[in-house]
Amino acid sequence: MSNDHKTDIATTGIVEGDIVEFPLPPHHHRLTDTDPRAARRAERQVSTMFILSGLCIIAFIAAYIAIPETSYLNLGPAGTIQTSNFMLGLTFGLATLLIGIAAIHWAKKLMSDEEIVDYRHPVGSPQEDRDAAKAAFDAGVAESGFVERKMVRRTLLGALALFPLPLIVLLKDMGPLPGDSLRHTIWRKGSRIVIDVTGQPLRPEDMQVGSLVSASPADLKAIQEADGDQNARAKASIILVRMKPSDIVSEQGEGWSWNGILAFSKICTHVGCPIALYQQRTHHLLCPCHQSTFDLADSGKVVFGPAARAMPQLPITVDSEGFLVAQSDFQQPVGPSFWERA
Amino acid sequence: MTSTSVRRNKATGLVVLLAGLVITGVGYAAVTSTAEASVAMYSQTQIDQGKQLFQQGCATCHGLAAQGSSEGPSLIGVGAAAVNFQVATGRMPMAQPANQAPRKVPVYNDDQIAALAAYVASLGPGPAVPSDEDLNTTDANLAEGGVLFRTNCAQCHNFAGHGGALSNGKYAPSLMNATPRQMYEAMLTGPQNMPVFNDKTLPPAEKRAILKYINELQTAPSPGGLALGSLGPVTEGIFIWTAGLGALLAVAVWIGAKVR
Amino acid sequence: MSTVVDGVGKAIGRADDRAPISSLLKDNLRKVFPDHWSFMLGEIALYSFIILLLTGVYLTIWYQPSMQEVVYHGSYQPLVGIPMSEAYNSALHISFDVRGGLLIRQIHHWAALFFMAAMVVHMFRIFFTGAFRKPREFNWVIGGSMILIGLLEGFAGYSLPDDLLSGVGVRIVAGIIESIPVVGTYLLFFLFGGQYPGHDFIPRLYTFHVLLVPGILLASVGLHLVLIFYHKHTQYPGPGRTNDNVVGFPLFPVYTAKAGGFFFIVFGVTVLMAAFVTINPIWAYGPYVPDQVTAGSQPDWYIGFVDGALRAFPNWESENFLGHTWSWNILIPCVLMPGILVALLLSYPFLEAWITGDTREHHLLDRPRNAATRTALGAMAITFYGILVINGANDIVAQAFNLSINQLTWFTRIGVFVFPPLVFIATRRFCLGLQRRDRDLLMHGRESGQILRLPHGEFIEIHTPISDDEKAVILAKRDIAPIEAPPATDENGIATPGLRAKKWRAKLSNAYFGENVKRPTLAEIEAAEHHHHDEVAHEIDVLHEAGAPIPSELTD
Repeated sequence: MSNDHKTDIATTGIVEGDIVEFPLPPHHHRLTDTDPRAARRAERQVSTMFILSGLCIIAFIAAYIAIPETSYLNLGPAGTIQTSNFMLGLTFGLATLLIGIAAIHWAKKLMSDEEIVDYRHPVGSPQEDRDAAKAAFDAGVAESGFVERKMVRRTLLGALALFPLPLIVLLKDMGPLPGDSLRHTIWRKGSRIVIDVTGQPLRPEDMQVGSLVSASPADLKAIQEADGDQNARAKASIILVRMKPSDIVSEQGEGWSWNGILAFSKICTHVGCPIALYQQRTHHLLCPCHQSTFDLADSGKVVFGPAARAMPQLPITVDSEGFLVAQSDFQQPVGPSFWERA
Repeated sequence: MTSTSVRRNKATGLVVLLAGLVITGVGYAAVTSTAEASVAMYSQTQIDQGKQLFQQGCATCHGLAAQGSSEGPSLIGVGAAAVNFQVATGRMPMAQPANQAPRKVPVYNDDQIAALAAYVASLGPGPAVPSDEDLNTTDANLAEGGVLFRTNCAQCHNFAGHGGALSNGKYAPSLMNATPRQMYEAMLTGPQNMPVFNDKTLPPAEKRAILKYINELQTAPSPGGLALGSLGPVTEGIFIWTAGLGALLAVAVWIGAKVR
Repeated sequence: MSTVVDGVGKAIGRADDRAPISSLLKDNLRKVFPDHWSFMLGEIALYSFIILLLTGVYLTIWYQPSMQEVVYHGSYQPLVGIPMSEAYNSALHISFDVRGGLLIRQIHHWAALFFMAAMVVHMFRIFFTGAFRKPREFNWVIGGSMILIGLLEGFAGYSLPDDLLSGVGVRIVAGIIESIPVVGTYLLFFLFGGQYPGHDFIPRLYTFHVLLVPGILLASVGLHLVLIFYHKHTQYPGPGRTNDNVVGFPLFPVYTAKAGGFFFIVFGVTVLMAAFVTINPIWAYGPYVPDQVTAGSQPDWYIGFVDGALRAFPNWESENFLGHTWSWNILIPCVLMPGILVALLLSYPFLEAWITGDTREHHLLDRPRNAATRTALGAMAITFYGILVINGANDIVAQAFNLSINQLTWFTRIGVFVFPPLVFIATRRFCLGLQRRDRDLLMHGRESGQILRLPHGEFIEIHTPISDDEKAVILAKRDIAPIEAPPATDENGIATPGLRAKKWRAKLSNAYFGENVKRPTLAEIEAAEHHHHDEVAHEIDVLHEAGAPIPSELTD
């Protein structure tokens, strides 16, 4: 080990021996060191700041008591802001700031500013300590029989290697296993498509060319209430767009659209942001998170950005009552890629 | 490069003007016969005046009979709402070809805009300019408007209505200066790349709720202090690296500085 | 004697009977800390951390880490009657119905941004001055890890309010986890307690954010400070400053006042920012719903580089022969790239020491110019990082400057490979130029700008020697010769072991030191001074002969 060091220094030829030491420059007295009036002035400044800080704290308490959260303050072009937040912050902030400024001013003007020198000692342990520690360690090793008693040593290492397993196994119930849950959504044959928020079912003639509708299956609300979470929504959200049938270049399946109305998953195939930035002239759908761009007129294929897979299309049709419904579930998993997804 | 293109634009402008004058003279009689006043709210005088204005200022791109050309889409059936939106926000007539027509000071006054709208409305049925009742948000539900806004609008116009970027230099504009009527018209007609939110997919009551929420966004206080443009964490990051760290570095320099 | 001082004295006396307080104090009260603004950067981080702990405790009083759905009935009108998670509901409650709650929330978030920014700037200082060198490598590793841990902690905090913006952030992280080969899907289901978003994630994240990570950070901060105390502070070169001493002011009282005062200033500035400037207006984002999103969805700045890489990376995906998906478009920018960056960052002190063969202890800081290659590497890394951060905000940049996000993305895709090397070359040249200037200053002094025309028509410029203070700084430079590759075989014809590694090391060492401008030796400086003196003597002679007045610069 120590041999290595020597060769290192030998091979690197560090320029040594040429160190020139310059003495510490002479100390110059400050005005406050030589002029008692300046020192008294600094003292007054420092204590004034401490007093102002205390006053700010009293103002803070007054503001806390007097100003309700519902009161607002108009600051003109800067906007209207919550008075309570502003006044509490202002008084507390100033009080804190003043203590800081006063303390530093005190240090700079009134405490000694003569630089002092401390000497460093080697950081590492001295050799005798290293030797003593090694001797103690060796003695311990010898007494334990760790080296000679191979059986004990090996079984100990084996036991310790197995020991953490329960800690890992116990994590198993953190969640259920994925199974095929990522491959399905709650869409199924005949699921009625309803407009998000209003929950209205939709007829083809309700949409005109250029329309965009955020939609979900009619039974989503009930399922969500039963599950108590948003899992179903996170996968089943779709957007419907209508374009001139002649504008459609291709679709993911024969007869999946209805008179120019196309349904696509709303969940980006990149990392799962919901997308509805539909640009009706170009039929492009842009993700606001990472700018993946999908051409909805051409099977939802990726035309720009980091997403690798086309936006999954939901096959739709019209039911006997004239409402838009799904022909089936999505024919591929929606959302981001995952290892088992083929 | 810029200066030549500007000059070229001026030249184009002259050509447009000349063409407009010639067209007005020659084509006046030929087109009027097909026009039909489909909207009762406009008088024939308005339609005639609108037609004249149209042929002077719009026909170069949208065609003599508003049938569209390679430069601009057909306006038959877009309705008065589309005209009012495009012209009252100054987007039309466009100053120069661009990705997207920006909002600017309108070229026409209110009467002229009404006339243009009357003319286009007379070409075919389309959404009418919303009435004052359509825009009355007194009974609208603010919170529901918020949900609708976040579902249908925030993805492009941002959570606070400050706008956002779209593909290839296009953008969703800020809504801060838009009037309720203009926004209602935009929803009805889907200007430029904005999708259409017609009354069947987004009923008038919901539209009013959205308008109420946007009005809240335009006028509501910013409780926490300066809003930094309401653009999210980017401006907050810029603020901490400039003003925040800048202030503390200034203090650090003061602490380290020698006193005389 | 003030009663306060008396009281403290008595208390120490009593404590002393039970623990060796005085023994600790006698060695440490007058411990010396050098004065320099750049030594305060780490303190900003430390103080922000304390502010975070303080304000965080307040927030836990009201915050409810639950994804249970409730209907909002608080005083923020635009959300009344809207279903939302209990977490978001309580965050709104803190913001609008707890007096001063909004202030605390905003202080907490601003302090978090300060914490991360200050750690990064502090790291720049450590890096560019070589303060990470022996014996401080371990402290570099602790500090670097804290940035990484702070990043995770920040992300967790950003996600807890469960507003629309942070929810989308969690959705993205879930997508990134899904992309991990073999175990990704299982990891997702375990972390989220099932499918995304489930109802377990927020409570789990909360424990992570308020217990696990702060504990680790606190321990790391403690260790970091103990090591700083033990190693004693580094210092910049200057007169009276050597590798064996530390010159500055005592911990008590000067640094107690300066550092203590600075704590109050950091705190005060953070509070004032919270009073004047909104941060993360969660009410405006609305509650998280998995099918809603806002334009301009961004993470906090410190995650920006990952997001920027994720935005820029091409859409590569492939399948292996078993039909498994490799999501390179996510794995490389979000797992591999940050992994390599962190590995390089944490191992840099060891890599540099291996390349330079420098095993000495360093307590005197390098001037960045004197380590030209290191400085250039740092500038290159910052450029790389900076381009990614900017790309993480490409939609905002496009919006603000009327640019195209598509073009900005291409700019990043190309720029991230083109600009860092250019910056490396330019920075290295610049540093070497400064080294050359330093050498000239030592040898010939400073150009005074005064031109003297000698009687026979020759023009000379008068050079004034530099001060001892400047000399002390420049002369502190130590040159290290590059390592030479060993011969393939030694004199006995035995092959050198590990020859390839040694050759590589020599190559890297040559690249590292190759163009280093040698500091002149004392003999060289003396020779140059003699030459200068001779020249001046000659000038005086010439002027004297011509009967001209002799400028005072020459006779000094």
